[in-house]
Amino acid sequence: MKECYACQKGIQLDITWSNFLLPPVERFLCEECEEKLELIGEGICEKCGRKMEAGDLCSDCVTWDKDVTYGKVLSKNRAVFTYTPFMQELVAMWKFRGDYQMIEVFRPSIEKVFRRHFPKGKAKIVPIPLTEERLYERAFNQAEAIAQLLELPIENALARKAASSEKQSKKTRKERIQSENPFILTKSLNSPVILVDDIYTTGMTIHHAAKLLKDDGCSQVDSFTLIR
Amino acid sequence: MNPKSLKGKLLLRNEINLSDESIQQLLQSNQLTTIPAITKHTFHYQCNRCMTTKREHFAMIPCARCHTTHPYCRNCLRTGRVLFCEKLYLWAGHDAAWPEQLNPCHWEGSLTRHQLQAAEAIQKAATLTGQELLIWAVCGAGKTEMLFPGITTAIKEGKSICLATPRADVVRELYPRFQEAFPNTEIEALYGGTEERTGTGQLVIATTHQLIRYHQAFDLMIIDELDAFPYHTDKDLHKLSQRAKKSHATTIYLTATPRKKEQRRIEANQLPVIFVPIRFHGHPLPVPKLQLDISLQKKLKQSKLPESITTFIQSRAPKRQFLLFVPTVEMLPQMEEMLKGFSLTFTTVHAEDPERKEKVNAYRNQEYDLLITTTILERGVTFPSIDVVILDAGHEVFDEAAIVQIAGRAGRSPQDPTGEVLLIHQGKTNAIVNAVRQIKQMNEKGSKL
Repeated sequence: MKECYACQKGIQLDITWSNFLLPPVERFLCEECEEKLELIGEGICEKCGRKMEAGDLCSDCVTWDKDVTYGKVLSKNRAVFTYTPFMQELVAMWKFRGDYQMIEVFRPSIEKVFRRHFPKGKAKIVPIPLTEERLYERAFNQAEAIAQLLELPIENALARKAASSEKQSKKTRKERIQSENPFILTKSLNSPVILVDDIYTTGMTIHHAAKLLKDDGCSQVDSFTLIR
Repeated sequence: MNPKSLKGKLLLRNEINLSDESIQQLLQSNQLTTIPAITKHTFHYQCNRCMTTKREHFAMIPCARCHTTHPYCRNCLRTGRVLFCEKLYLWAGHDAAWPEQLNPCHWEGSLTRHQLQAAEAIQKAATLTGQELLIWAVCGAGKTEMLFPGITTAIKEGKSICLATPRADVVRELYPRFQEAFPNTEIEALYGGTEERTGTGQLVIATTHQLIRYHQAFDLMIIDELDAFPYHTDKDLHKLSQRAKKSHATTIYLTATPRKKEQRRIEANQLPVIFVPIRFHGHPLPVPKLQLDISLQKKLKQSKLPESITTFIQSRAPKRQFLLFVPTVEMLPQMEEMLKGFSLTFTTVHAEDPERKEKVNAYRNQEYDLLITTTILERGVTFPSIDVVILDAGHEVFDEAAIVQIAGRAGRSPQDPTGEVLLIHQGKTNAIVNAVRQIKQMNEKGSKL
């Protein structure tokens, strides 16, 4: 029997008319875990895409907009899921334990949400890179795994400097904001760009990357993340 | 990292904390060899670390190391991901040499006549090679103490010893007892999340899964609770324990409730057995009392406390602690809610509980009157003086072995050798009937000695 990717319990498939007549949709989570996934719906912050009751900008984005250097570099971010403890667990299994196939759990939602927010496809996709060292250790780049589902041309226009190898998730907000830009531009694009990453926490990583691309002449820089 | 800790091991590159140069040196001097981590067969893959061949355990990854798309093992993820393009590093040098000890055992207790009989058989098997021996001893027979003479002999002979048990709780309980008994021997306790992992223990007390890192390492392999989940259902774990011992190793099995497979081998004279039907304090096993409640399921659904539990709580000896076993994790919060009205201190524990270790210790220190638990505490753990209640004993998780084991938690102390075992059920199952019969049979055998 197939095991749930999150809780390792067996997945029971009820027989219904739809899966009796049509080829079954492959499932990777059991029903219980499936319910724990929290999609971001309609009410969002216009800028960073976080779930929000009403209003247009969240307080984080108001601060970002006032920033002299980074205020205008990013047009908008859109994300698929909210950052719940369950999501944190799934992403840890995906990235840190290295269970690449976890992308299958996210795939249907990523495809749907991306199409909803970015319907016209002229932009190029730029996944946020890892350092070479970390890429070797993990054997895959999670941002690239997401990017491959988006059906737009992927441009690896960024590289990460080796010195900044400390994991973002281990830094405090203040440390992240004060840190120097960890990326370098490896290619000129001169076209609209959608940055892709697994998670938007403070937004520092995305803003660093967006700044480089915008300064280089990209007309518009948006971003798309799995989690906000 | 101490290169000594590579002896008898089978490791991933990132589990070896040595430079590439040092590893090259060890490879060139034939102290290490490598094998492919995953082998491709005609119709399936095999992970050479966890030994799985199940199709659902392999998934594909577009690998950034070798730039091809190839399988990796999902069964190994908890102990470290294994990629198809990786190698496993295998110790091929000399066996570990242990410090000579003339008198390794500092345990000063004594064994009963029946314990001694089993202990001597273990001791004899430990000096020989390639032996197999099953010790069939009732719960509370004092299995741990019976092992001491055999382990003493093995240490004197400079052998490497492994005591494999299915549960982390048991490892944590056994470790201090062995440390006390063998103070000058390097002992390692391994379970998922162990803090200390020297890799150089002469006596390794480990959960079976931890054997994933061993290869031809042990001269004496002791498999505790042979019949317990997950060992008895998982063929890959058998392969792991086979691989971890040397080809000429002696294997001792311990169990209170052998499964059909072992019972058949015993009957066919293929497996030597020593029977210890009496507890170390000489008192019989408590026989479970059955309490029928014909509307049990309905009450549980409506979150009503069955009267039999109320009666039990009101009539029990006030100083006595008790364990309440429930079939599922989901029932724990429900029970907690239902028992709020009583003047009892209690908590709940289950396998994934982050405070599991602390809660079990607190209960042992008598900080709670009651511990509500799933079957994780069915075996191995010893609380000196408790009663036991199984709620919904007819549930499928309570098979014959589980009920015998749970009943065996009661009356473990010589000062308080009786204990009450209450099974609340909605209709007897075969498991309940057989378990009670088995306990009565053992008591009969024991009384004839």
